[in-house]
Amino acid sequence: MSTFAELMLRHRTARMRTRKITNGAMLALTGLLTALALVPLFWIVGYVIVRGGRSINLAFFINMPTPLGVSGGGVRSAIEGTLVITLLAAVFAIPPGVLAAFYAARYPNRPLGVVLRFSTDVLAGVPSIVVGLFAYAVLVVPMGHYSGLAGGAALALLMLPTIIRTTEEMLKLVPGTLREASLGLGAPEWKTSLSVLFPAAANGIITGFLLALARAAGETAPLLMTALGNERFDLGQIVTSGIQGHQSAFAILGRIVNQPVDSLPLALWKYAQQPYPERVEQSWGVALVLMIFVLVINIATRLWAQNRARKLKG
Amino acid sequence: MSSHNSALPRFRSSSRLLRSLQHGDRPWQGLIILVSVLVIVLMLAVGGMLWVRSAPTRSALGWSFLTPTLDANWDPVNSNFQAWPFIYGTLLTSLVAIVVAVPVAGGIAIFLAELCPAWLRTPLTWMVELLAAIPSVVYGLWGIFIFLPQVVTPFGNFLGDTLGQLPILNLLFAGPIPASGASRLAAALILTIMIIPTIAAVTRDVFLAIPNSQREAAKALGATEWETIWQVLVPYGLSGILGAVILGLGRALGETMAVTMVIGNSIEGSASLLRPGYTMASVIANEFAEAVSSLHTSALVEIGVILFIMTLLLNVLARFLVWQVARQAPQEGRA
Amino acid sequence: MTMQLMTEVKHATNGNAPIKVDVKDLNVYYGKFRALAGINLAVREKQITAIIGPSGCGKSTLLRSFNRMNDLTPGSRVEGEIALDGENLYAAGVDVVDIRRRVGMVFQRPNPFPKSIYDNVAYGPRLYGIRGKADLDGIVERSLHSAALWDEVKDKLGQSGFSLSGGQQQRLCIARALAVEPEVILMDEPASALDPISTLRIEELMHDLAHSYTIIIVTHNMQQAARVSDFTAMMMIDDQRAGRMIEYDQTNVIFTRPQDKRTEDYVTGRFG
Repeated sequence: MSTFAELMLRHRTARMRTRKITNGAMLALTGLLTALALVPLFWIVGYVIVRGGRSINLAFFINMPTPLGVSGGGVRSAIEGTLVITLLAAVFAIPPGVLAAFYAARYPNRPLGVVLRFSTDVLAGVPSIVVGLFAYAVLVVPMGHYSGLAGGAALALLMLPTIIRTTEEMLKLVPGTLREASLGLGAPEWKTSLSVLFPAAANGIITGFLLALARAAGETAPLLMTALGNERFDLGQIVTSGIQGHQSAFAILGRIVNQPVDSLPLALWKYAQQPYPERVEQSWGVALVLMIFVLVINIATRLWAQNRARKLKG
Repeated sequence: MSSHNSALPRFRSSSRLLRSLQHGDRPWQGLIILVSVLVIVLMLAVGGMLWVRSAPTRSALGWSFLTPTLDANWDPVNSNFQAWPFIYGTLLTSLVAIVVAVPVAGGIAIFLAELCPAWLRTPLTWMVELLAAIPSVVYGLWGIFIFLPQVVTPFGNFLGDTLGQLPILNLLFAGPIPASGASRLAAALILTIMIIPTIAAVTRDVFLAIPNSQREAAKALGATEWETIWQVLVPYGLSGILGAVILGLGRALGETMAVTMVIGNSIEGSASLLRPGYTMASVIANEFAEAVSSLHTSALVEIGVILFIMTLLLNVLARFLVWQVARQAPQEGRA
Repeated sequence: MTMQLMTEVKHATNGNAPIKVDVKDLNVYYGKFRALAGINLAVREKQITAIIGPSGCGKSTLLRSFNRMNDLTPGSRVEGEIALDGENLYAAGVDVVDIRRRVGMVFQRPNPFPKSIYDNVAYGPRLYGIRGKADLDGIVERSLHSAALWDEVKDKLGQSGFSLSGGQQQRLCIARALAVEPEVILMDEPASALDPISTLRIEELMHDLAHSYTIIIVTHNMQQAARVSDFTAMMMIDDQRAGRMIEYDQTNVIFTRPQDKRTEDYVTGRFG
């Protein structure tokens, strides 16, 4: 049986060379793959900017859609619709999400906490189209018509698991000593949670909200069967006519959400499929508006989070 | 109110406990418990509602709804529904996407976690995450007008001319790809791009969590950087990496808009990647708003049930893997 | 019992043993900060050399210079020379991977790979292309014998390295290092994470290993240095927080009639 030294001599130089070559090749490959994966990012964003930019002007933002052949049409209804639905979704998802997260962070090992986390995971995995089916069955059918309310509810259901998870994680990051200090001063549990823990974790939580919001704003599938899309949605008109008709704020709100509502992703989807070149060009414009909205939120929140982190490190 | 005298902590804290419960802790506890229960109820409601609303087709068609057959009927007029083409389309496109995405995402994760120079790390990680933030419809739009004509159609032609001519492979690669490029291949490739960021981000976190002592042990024995990564770090983080893959698979299964815009939405009989197809999510998206008969609606909901069950199973699998990791975790040396 | 073991097992201190590793005027920088200043040390072959000193004095940095593990820290820079058998480890074009095979390392906390016991030990040889089962079996058995672990694990070579106790894991790590047949073995506080009995076994093991290998150990435990080593090097930090070599001599000299007052204060426990 040869000694290690003899075995080594036998294989030595060739083997070392192979090892070095393999090492270099594989490491280079990973860098290459990273660069490759970024190609679609630049390609898509760049193309949307260039081609979408051709359709974008002030009229695009301010005007309602016009019939084919009539120039000067815009996507105001879609922009307003997106804002309405996203806001609704936030209102529906954030309070319950944060409250549930408080429970999950505080009692992770109690049976309710365990089941809660499981449910959150399950809900997070439900495809958006299935969520749309649910919202259809639970809201659209009983109400008898499509509505922005149902759309907002569907998006809220999509946002809920993310908000619970992020909030829970951020709460867990707060040092236990902070909580003990508050309780040690005689503050009740609820006050500790709201005035000490939540503010301490607020930055991360808000970042989580915003990112979930950005994701929801880009969703289309669940809206196909809830908000449906509505080119005649005109927020300004609803509000002004309501004020003139002396309607209560609540009634005006009801009118806003109780009808089919347009949204940017829906508009994109509709226009992209039509055989008219003008509509296709408009869909690129919509894509640009949507991307600006989504990417700005993403980049801004990340910059903000980084900035806070850097300040904390001092 | 605040206890500045903690001479008898236990006695004090029980009375403080009583007082604080009267200070609003009960309602608070009640509130967060209520909301948590609501979330759980929501999950059950989603599953339950799907099940109930698919009852008409389940009782009318039974298992024939699911039978694999290439010659399937999807006939709203005659109320004859078979879901296999959609199931096949979803599975095929998702699996192909995973097969391509995992090595690429793995490579990215390795680069970002182990090799990337520090100054480059944050910008690159951001950019990979931004890829995940692009809305699905925008992917679809770019897909239809740019990606398909410029990349998929030529590639599809190439595959059809090469692999499509070989004996067994031509089941999967029988051409020709439509001129527009709308095909299962297109869907699979777009899905690949869309799930790479998810898998890469989680895998990167897995690598970052591996203790440095493992790297040092390998390097001290004379291992090269790649040998350390491939032979020590990857086995160490394997469960986490599998979890990342499952997450990506889950996303691919449910992806709707981008897929439906490029897959061709047809149930012609071929099994090939190069031909147009249909996925479960796409058919629901396309047909739901116009479904007239209740049986048609119910059939679409039943497809939703299948999707829901698939994602549920993936979830359970992922949890199982995480549990496995916790079990195998190195224990500190017992003396 | 300890004294008896020491006289039975302790190999001879040889003040004239040839010089295996020669450190000449070594300076190690992390960025602008100088961690080691002007270190000179001549480590003798097949002897046990202990590096002692108060915490933070650069003992580990010095140890890690011997197998260029400091290269892994970004911003590290070396001036001066460390010669292994006369060849400078830091010369241009030197193959670091090969250095790390010739100079093995055992760490403070046991760090076995998530593989079987067999695969842990066979890892190194496999890197170098040794594939034959008979060859690997032989190497694994030999290495585990040398690490005084064979009898305890011979029937469970397929089990995970993590299934062993702390002391056993550390001996596994030693076996793993021995499997590639290094010439020098570096040990960074190898027993500090272990219980007293395991510590004793590792110290016995060191005496056995010194018959075949040159051993350099860092320890904060002076009694251990006195028990185990042939030569002792005393280090301290200077005013700029750079580590310096204060005194280096045979162990019995350092501990009974040290030349430098600081050495004397440290070994008698007046500070540290």
